[in-house]
Order: sequence, then structure tokens, then C-alpha cells
Amino acid sequence: MTDVSDVNVGIIRFPGTNCDRDIEYAVNLVGANPNYIYWNETDLSKMDVVIIPGGFSYGDYLRAGSIAGITPIISAIKEFAKENNPVLGICNGAQILGEIDLVPGVFIENENAKFICKSKKLEVKTNRTPFTKLYKKGDIIDLPIAHKEGRYYTDNLEELYDDDQIVLTFNDGNPNGSLDAITGVCNKEGNVVAVMPHPERAVEDLLRSKDGLKFFESFLD
Amino acid sequence: MLQWEGLIMNYNVEVKTSLKKGMLNPEASTIEKALSLLNFEVNNTKTINIIQFTLNADSKDEALSQVDEMCQKLLCNPVIHDYEINICEE
Repeated sequence: MTDVSDVNVGIIRFPGTNCDRDIEYAVNLVGANPNYIYWNETDLSKMDVVIIPGGFSYGDYLRAGSIAGITPIISAIKEFAKENNPVLGICNGAQILGEIDLVPGVFIENENAKFICKSKKLEVKTNRTPFTKLYKKGDIIDLPIAHKEGRYYTDNLEELYDDDQIVLTFNDGNPNGSLDAITGVCNKEGNVVAVMPHPERAVEDLLRSKDGLKFFESFLD
Repeated sequence: MLQWEGLIMNYNVEVKTSLKKGMLNPEASTIEKALSLLNFEVNNTKTINIIQFTLNADSKDEALSQVDEMCQKLLCNPVIHDYEINICEE
């Protein structure tokens, strides 16, 4: 079996990305090897996992994630995902995955038009993805959210249920007005996961919760 | 000698993007509520984004086809947006 320190995690950096170092911290915590990859690079051949962090890529101009979605690294990420490798987008990373159609639907302005920053109880709806493997279906976990454009919307909700593509839902209320309180989805194959909550901000007791740690342990399992 | 064939024209382009009909528009409802605080009672508030630029193209049709592609690829997200393109010669 591969040593976990041989597992290369590509952390994508766009101008305006700001959760990159939190991801690096979490990746180090589980013993894997973090690598920063920039928006204008095109080579992911040495990576085993790709994580797109949160932040405000390109100032959220036009729509959150839209401009990041046409940069050179995106073609490489699409190729990487097509080969069934694990890709995780968190917050702005999730918005980008929606914009480039790697996951169904989009994350748009919160119902109350406000930036919401608080801890929320969430339900894990599927553990068939490389990032939720170590959770049990139905687990209630505590992760922080921090976004203004996090309201999940899709014009094809039924398909998500049919194909087991819902990863996380809000368990205590629906703070941003998402369809069916959905706040994490995956592609049909399950290898690309987009979540609005921040698992990297809940990886040790000092951070109030370490319920997010399994997102990082799962892809090493 | 003037060559009319292949003449490149400069077009003024305006793209309007808006949320599809029936979609919740939190920005618009916030504006409507704020107007009400000032005792202006209005209904059916919408917000529309306008993007303007100039574009060189062989013909108006060619310009329209390019702008439509821009809308599909970047300026709009077809899941949530409708768009309207207005083009006129400069």
C-alpha cells in the first residue's frame, strides 16, 4: 500500500483564493503531501487528488467562480476528473465546479442577500465519494459556512436523488434558501465533490469541531 | 480604390443578463424593501446587468454570432440566466 506521505494533493490557487493555507494545514495534518498549483499551469500528472479552495477568485466579478472557470488549469482539472481522480471544491471551489459543469447546478446569492458566517449542523447523505468514505450515511456533522453566494439551485433536482448525487444537506434549518437544503453535491461518478461548508476549518478541537477531518482522511483510505 | 468586400465594421454591443423568470432575486427584493422604508411602494422589482463593449466584425450577423457565443461561454450561466443582445453600427 502507498505511504500516505506519497499522496500528492494539488491545491489550486487563483488570484483571490484565500483558504489555500487552511487546506495545506489539513493536508499536512493527515500526513499527505500538499502542492500549490497556479491558475496558469496545465500539468496535474503528479497529483493524486485536487482540491479547489475557497476565497474570492477574480473578485467574484461577473458571477462567483465564472472567470476562474475559463483559466488554463480548468482544462487540466476536467481531464483529471474524467480519469476518475478525486476532485474537491470548497466554497468558491464549489462555485467554480458548478460553473464548469463538473457538478450539476449552481450556487447563487443567498435568499436573504447577506454574507452568512456560522457553524451549522449538516447531514452526510452519501459516503460513496472519495471525500466522505469514512462517514456513515446519516452522520450529523458540525462545519462552518462562510458565503454570500451559497444557495444551491438546479433545474434537475430529481436526477440528483435518482443518482445519489447529494452529499451534504443542512440539518438545522436552511440558512441560505438552498433547494431541499442541499449544500454539497457530486457528479454521477462520485469522484467530483462540491461543498459550500468548510471541512478544512474543522479539523482539530482548537477549531471547535474536528468533524471535517474525515474529508481529508477519506481520500487516503 | 475602395474595397467593399471584407470591410470590417465596428459595432456597439450591449448584453443584458437577468435571472430567469420566476427565480428568486434577493437583490431585487432587498431594493424593494428599502424603497418601502422610504415610503415608495413599488412592485415587480428586477435587477438586470448590462455589459457594453465595441466589437469589429464583417457583418452584423457575424457580430451577433460572436456575442451569442460569449454569452454561452462566459457572460451568462444558462442554468439561471436569460440574456438579450443589442447590436448597432458605431
